[in-house]
Amino acid sequence: MKIERTKNEPLFHISKNENMTRWKALLVRVGGVFAALVIIGVMSVILIKQNPFKIYATLVTGAFIDVWTLLKDTAVLLIFGLAVIPAFKMKFWNMGANGQVLIGCLVAIACMKFLTDKLPDWLIIVLMIITSILAGIIWAVIPAIFKAFFGTNETLFTLMMNYIALGLVAYFSFAWDPRGSGNLGIVNLMTHHGWFPNIGNKYVLVIIVAVIIDIFMFVYMKYTKHGFEVSLVGESVNTAKYVGINVKKVIIRTLILSGAICGIMGAIFAGSLEHTVNTSICGSKGFTAILVAWLANFDPLVMVFTSFFVVFLNTGAINVSTVFQLKSTDYANIVIGIIFFCIIGCEFFIRYKIKPSQRMHDILAGIKKKSHKGKEGK
Amino acid sequence: MAKKILSIVLALTMLVAIALVGTSCGEKKTVDKSTLKVGLITLHDDTSTYDKNFIDSMYRALENLGLSKDQLVLYTGVDESSDCYDKAKACVNQGCQVVFADSFGHEDFLVQAAQEFPSVRFCHATGTKAHTLGLDNFSNAFAAIYEGRYLAGIAAGMKLNEMISAGKITAEEAVMGYVGAFTYAEVMSGYTSFYLGAKSVCPSVTMKVKFTGSWYDTDKEYTAAKSLINDGCVLISQHADSYGAPNACEEAGVPNVSYNGSTEAQGPNTYIVASKIDWTPFYEYMINCVLEDKNIDKDWTGTIATGSVKLEALSKVAAEGTQAKLDEALAAFKAGTLHVFDTSKDNFITVNGEKLTSYKADVDYDDAFTKDTEVVSGGYFHESEYRSAPYFDVEIDGITLLDRNYG
Repeated sequence: MKIERTKNEPLFHISKNENMTRWKALLVRVGGVFAALVIIGVMSVILIKQNPFKIYATLVTGAFIDVWTLLKDTAVLLIFGLAVIPAFKMKFWNMGANGQVLIGCLVAIACMKFLTDKLPDWLIIVLMIITSILAGIIWAVIPAIFKAFFGTNETLFTLMMNYIALGLVAYFSFAWDPRGSGNLGIVNLMTHHGWFPNIGNKYVLVIIVAVIIDIFMFVYMKYTKHGFEVSLVGESVNTAKYVGINVKKVIIRTLILSGAICGIMGAIFAGSLEHTVNTSICGSKGFTAILVAWLANFDPLVMVFTSFFVVFLNTGAINVSTVFQLKSTDYANIVIGIIFFCIIGCEFFIRYKIKPSQRMHDILAGIKKKSHKGKEGK
Repeated sequence: MAKKILSIVLALTMLVAIALVGTSCGEKKTVDKSTLKVGLITLHDDTSTYDKNFIDSMYRALENLGLSKDQLVLYTGVDESSDCYDKAKACVNQGCQVVFADSFGHEDFLVQAAQEFPSVRFCHATGTKAHTLGLDNFSNAFAAIYEGRYLAGIAAGMKLNEMISAGKITAEEAVMGYVGAFTYAEVMSGYTSFYLGAKSVCPSVTMKVKFTGSWYDTDKEYTAAKSLINDGCVLISQHADSYGAPNACEEAGVPNVSYNGSTEAQGPNTYIVASKIDWTPFYEYMINCVLEDKNIDKDWTGTIATGSVKLEALSKVAAEGTQAKLDEALAAFKAGTLHVFDTSKDNFITVNGEKLTSYKADVDYDDAFTKDTEVVSGGYFHESEYRSAPYFDVEIDGITLLDRNYG
């Protein structure tokens, strides 16, 4: 009986691991990143047929071709990430950051385009910011209300709100351009009406805003009653209810915050970075931000580094395509894909323990014995 | 506390210093051939026929001028957003003296880069603003591709004639289908000249147009071509950049006239011919201007005569006698006796049955898109003469727009 059991026994036992220390978890993640870098190196050698160290070097120098662009991209990704973390901490899976930012940007551009010459510049800018924030909030709070009162699935709902925003942007970039090219172009290119003032250069503003929101979010999540309520709802809705938290209120309030941050990002796109709106300005940042947040374990301060890391890799990988003239955008996408795959993969090793089973031990012992015997024979 | 303030002040000074170094790039210098660097920014990568054409032409130009491949800084997959400005800046940081971007939506972002780096030249394909903006270092370029489309149209018309005389279709059933990107002048000028080319040899031809609302969308282009075929179109052409339409034609066995380059590999049994813009002549001109420190024309239009507009070789699918007809038209183009948008010919270009005698087009850039220039005179519509980018956006008789798409 006993023999049979060991025969069918799997080679490994997987069990939940609830008490891994922070340091150990961090080490596993660093290991995951390292594994990713090795895989990227091997893949690059196969695809580009170059010395891997040359490729790594190109990747690193490529990221620093323009430091301001690197910092700006980091700041933008960070703001997207900061917008999703409070909801994620609450286990409200907000996939709609892209849509919330886009709709904010769309209304800000509308202000910029149609209020020019009718209002003073500073008032246009104020209106742009206010309307953009409101639009972001509306886009975030609709799924929140449905979730709170009707229990709808927020992942699908927020995802679909993205497509509605995309559709509206596509429609208006056509409607506002009588040439019919479907491309709005930069609004007020000559007059600069409604453009946010440059502080040094046009990237400084978004960097400052990212720092402010980051600090705010850190304090909000860690030291305020609201932040505590959010994490309690995230851990267990029933516990939260039991201690007297109004869960519906918390969901809606938190999504208002998410939407507002997205709205701010939309206003910055409109007034400072893009001066236009089209379906490609958000790219996949709203989704990359989720991974950035996940990687940082929803900690706003750690997220500064994870955002930088992802932007650094992406910029570097694009430079590898450029330097080795791959004529293709695929390389950068593959690099980022590998990184995410390894990082998400290593979450498994953090959450679960893997132990070799008795059978595995027996097999290993068997192999040892054999090799031992073999040596003796010689 | 004092230490903290000092460190903040130091950090800020360093930031300002970096910013100043970044903005004060040197003055115009004559460029040595060996130190020349060219930047190329494309919207997609070489899986798009449109961008592949730009990339391949650039390599040809470099080779023709005796420059090495390494003198090219190539960024593919650059969005029509500030991404274009960022990549233009990256080109400048890597020492490019001239930067070229290939997509319509890149223009405004390239203008921003041009304003910031006056010592570097920026050129842009398909754009409209250079001649109005008056920046010394920003130019638009395009080619009179309507001439090429007209020739491709002749090949299509000959194929229709072949089908009619073989009894496959009646003269009234000579309906062509066209997959367009947007209801925008570049596309409208393109399909109209294609239609006119066909009409010049097959007078009974009519055409249906469907728009995808995207410059590059394999699925949409495929479905649009399919639905045109189901709608009774017996020949398809397209102005969109994927292999969607050629693939749909090959599946259905419907002849296809392509764009941007040969798609014979995608449709060995249906591909007739393709017109395309060859950017090599412009690139060579652009690079030579940089080397000789001359100004690049603000608004450069290539033609068949400059070798910028090309027709690929006819495939075996093409009808007999097509080559002779093409040679005839080509000679007339070169002699300047043939005008595609000939408004004087009877029963050729009509709107609601009336001949076109006057038309105001939006040639100069302003925020309100005013239609500012009279473009019909001397018996023809002067396409691409007042500005390189097309401005023919008249809806003429014989062509039905099935939809108007915005994407």
